[in-house]
Amino acid sequence: MNKEKFETVIGLEVHIHLKTASKLFCRCENIFGGKPNSRICPICTGQPGVLPVINKEAVKLAIKASLALGCRIKKKSVFARKQYFYPDLPKNYQISQYKLPLAEGGHVYVDGEKINLTRAHMEEDAGKLKHTAAGSLVDYNRTGTPLLEIVSEPEIKSPDQAARYLKILRSIFRYCEVSDCDMEKGSMRCDANISLRKKGEKELGIKSEIKNMNSFRGVRNALSYEVKRQTAELEKGGVIVQETRLWDEKKEVTKSMRSKEEAHDYRYFPEPDLPPLEVEETFIQSIKETLPELPRVKVKRYMKRYNLSEYDCGVLTAEKELADFFEKAVDGLTKTDEATVKTLTNWITVELSGKLNVAELEITRSRISSKMIAELVSLIEDGTISGKMAKKIFEIMWDKQESPSDIVEKEGMKQITSDDKIEGICKKTIENHSKIFKKYLSGKEGVIGALVGSIMKETGGQANPQLVNSKLRELLAEKK
Amino acid sequence: MTIKETADKISSGKISASENLKKYLSGIDESQAQLNSFISLSKERAIKKAEEVDKISADLPLKGIPFAVKDNMMLEGTQTTCGSKILKGYTSPYTATAVEKLERAGAIIIGKTNMDEFAMGSSGETSAYGPTKNPVDITRIPGGSSSGSAASVKAGQVLGSLGSDTGGSIRQPAAMCGVVGLKPTYGLVSRYGLVAFASSLDQIGPFAATVEDAAIILNVISGYDPKDSTSLDIAKKDYTKDINKGVEGMVFGVPEEYMGEGLSDSIRERVTETVKELEKNGAKIKRVSLPHTKYAVATYYIVAPAEASANLARYDGVKYGYRSDNADELIEEYIKSRQEGFGPEVKRRIRIGTYALSAGYYEAYYVKAQKVRTLIKQDYEKAFKEVDLIISPTSPTTAFKLGEKFNDPLQMYLSDIYTISCNLAGVPGLSLPAGTDSAGLPVGIQLTGDYLSEEKILRGARAIEGLYNKS
Repeated sequence: MNKEKFETVIGLEVHIHLKTASKLFCRCENIFGGKPNSRICPICTGQPGVLPVINKEAVKLAIKASLALGCRIKKKSVFARKQYFYPDLPKNYQISQYKLPLAEGGHVYVDGEKINLTRAHMEEDAGKLKHTAAGSLVDYNRTGTPLLEIVSEPEIKSPDQAARYLKILRSIFRYCEVSDCDMEKGSMRCDANISLRKKGEKELGIKSEIKNMNSFRGVRNALSYEVKRQTAELEKGGVIVQETRLWDEKKEVTKSMRSKEEAHDYRYFPEPDLPPLEVEETFIQSIKETLPELPRVKVKRYMKRYNLSEYDCGVLTAEKELADFFEKAVDGLTKTDEATVKTLTNWITVELSGKLNVAELEITRSRISSKMIAELVSLIEDGTISGKMAKKIFEIMWDKQESPSDIVEKEGMKQITSDDKIEGICKKTIENHSKIFKKYLSGKEGVIGALVGSIMKETGGQANPQLVNSKLRELLAEKK
Repeated sequence: MTIKETADKISSGKISASENLKKYLSGIDESQAQLNSFISLSKERAIKKAEEVDKISADLPLKGIPFAVKDNMMLEGTQTTCGSKILKGYTSPYTATAVEKLERAGAIIIGKTNMDEFAMGSSGETSAYGPTKNPVDITRIPGGSSSGSAASVKAGQVLGSLGSDTGGSIRQPAAMCGVVGLKPTYGLVSRYGLVAFASSLDQIGPFAATVEDAAIILNVISGYDPKDSTSLDIAKKDYTKDINKGVEGMVFGVPEEYMGEGLSDSIRERVTETVKELEKNGAKIKRVSLPHTKYAVATYYIVAPAEASANLARYDGVKYGYRSDNADELIEEYIKSRQEGFGPEVKRRIRIGTYALSAGYYEAYYVKAQKVRTLIKQDYEKAFKEVDLIISPTSPTTAFKLGEKFNDPLQMYLSDIYTISCNLAGVPGLSLPAGTDSAGLPVGIQLTGDYLSEEKILRGARAIEGLYNKS
């Protein structure tokens, strides 16, 4: 029903932790976790009389991330106080940017569709509450961690696309080394505004804001739930109430947290303790020069250079580390024609990725190096080993971390390609299988397959099957 | 006794810092009960510091000088209350930059002075620790909010003190008590460690018995501080250097808006008299206009409470300070801790500020006030193209009786009518004693200068001081 009547409109607000050495406004170390309240000081715990001083490195990373998204960097941005009372917020206001953000515009391509961005701005993170039987505790270690908030236009069309948008942001930010974007650890967080409207209508429907989605799956599921809920409501002639809803991951439902009337009045005003943040063009340029080749550009380059499919290139470039692995492996190949690179791509995206998934390892901790996998592919391509043998060798490579040529040597696994040897084997096989031979003579040419299979079995897969096939035909034809 | 004389005596070994301190401590023992100028004293710490200073052979600008700081400045290990119940027993976890500079210059900090709660008040009467009395007449207010800092210098309990000035909180009590008080250019003295009232207006400055002493203190406490992003990164100056150059050739402006209705006659007479004397000494006098002065109080009472409402949000009973025992859950704890911890004037200003920043009112109040603030700045910029300094009364009246205006906030707010514009513009201002009124109470004259014109202000003030000391 939904597909016919309504379309979904989603806008995302994504927060990422910037990977700086120290916090945004003080010198406390910026790392994840630690003993509660072990990385705090008078400034990040909001003691009386303290003042914030902006961390230049955080500004650099924020600009770098914004540039990677194609945002316009504003020469002048202004910090503001966002006021609300909560025990994890020591000053009871958060230093953020409001009317004049660091960056505006920009876009991200999700499966070929352009999603425009509204803005990106800097702010400080709050602490964490822990509720125990004895009462609530607060840990200020995270307080003051630099954040970049990226706000998209309401242009995302489905929960799936929302999840993919997030993955693409994560990929870009990891490429730029500005953030780990680990949703589990909270270094990437996301709130969503979601509404439905009748197909073809221009005006946006009434939205709900969804919070507390802590994984890509959570985002997809929460938004799917919300689409269903809003569709049902609209179909029975009801109206959507503008409100904030919390995703309950266990029950897989969203629950109303507060209505529009109960919404906070944040009483924003410019932060008087910080002068406007002014950045010079040369500063922006110097950061631009440090941007790496981004995934979208890489995809295009791979497609052009190796004639790989867009899908393959997408998989190879999703993580910078995987793309780096692939590029190193290509460098290790003895020849880099399209067919060889395609074979390499398959080995990386299918066999190796499968292994890594099962072992829950990142590509950077792969038990098979880029050099080894290149060697394996080269051995296949020059005919030293067959594809079947390669799979066996691959298993040994993974288990013993030995090089493929060493394995071939040790296990005597070289492919039999010499004409004399093949001829000898074929002759012997024909002699040993007189019944099959007779069938052949009676006109059933298909039985050749059985002879090939028998030879492969006998040689432990080492005989080159194409050579065996043509040699058998040659010998049988002679005897006919 | 002045800072200069005492520091010379201690440096030359005529008296040790420790012996000198002993004299002052016994003086405080006699007068504290009557004046209530200190909220807390750190005598043992002071004695130790004096012993340390006595071991230093080098000359220091404030060597062994008994000093006081307003109780809204951090001094590690000592209590900082801001005159509020909500911070009773709060121990400073670090030291304010200005205070650290005092100690490095050899000053001996004896205690933390009484003040209006969170610096909100003009009489000292909003302190949760009882009002400070004016040493000139103990039935009268010493002015505020830096009440104890002014009173302690006047009473000779210390030779110098630090106050903070958000709308006149240094200059007005200096006038009421008959001492010198200087509010420097915004950004000249680091605010790091000064408990914020209104961040864009607050500025630390000195109290002293003489203009030269105020200049000596300014030499010590001024300068760029990387811990304060609003601090000015400019070269250090010696503010005592040109102090005795006199006023010949200087142009003084008399603003018509500061001499009209509401000003007591005897203060007007002192100002007029002073202007005539300056002219005799070679200064030129010009009439100037600061046309937006009439909006200054209204503007101030939007901007300052707005910033204060955010600055004071952190006092919530969660992390430190007063926490109500009468609450069962979080919101109730917030409300009760603040209800019981803050006094009525602080609550009034938090409410005004919260209102002014609320959705639907922000543009009409806060944004409008910022625009007027720009106009007030422009008034000064225009005036300082024509004159070197502006001379005016500091306050419309001399020290009034304790309790006289306590229940009339508007009248109380108007006692800062001549001092508020300086803070809104960020320019420096100084108040110095200029004789007395018919009742024998001190009259304060204010000199205002352009940004970073402290040298000029001190030079002009030194000249006026000379006029009154002669007679």
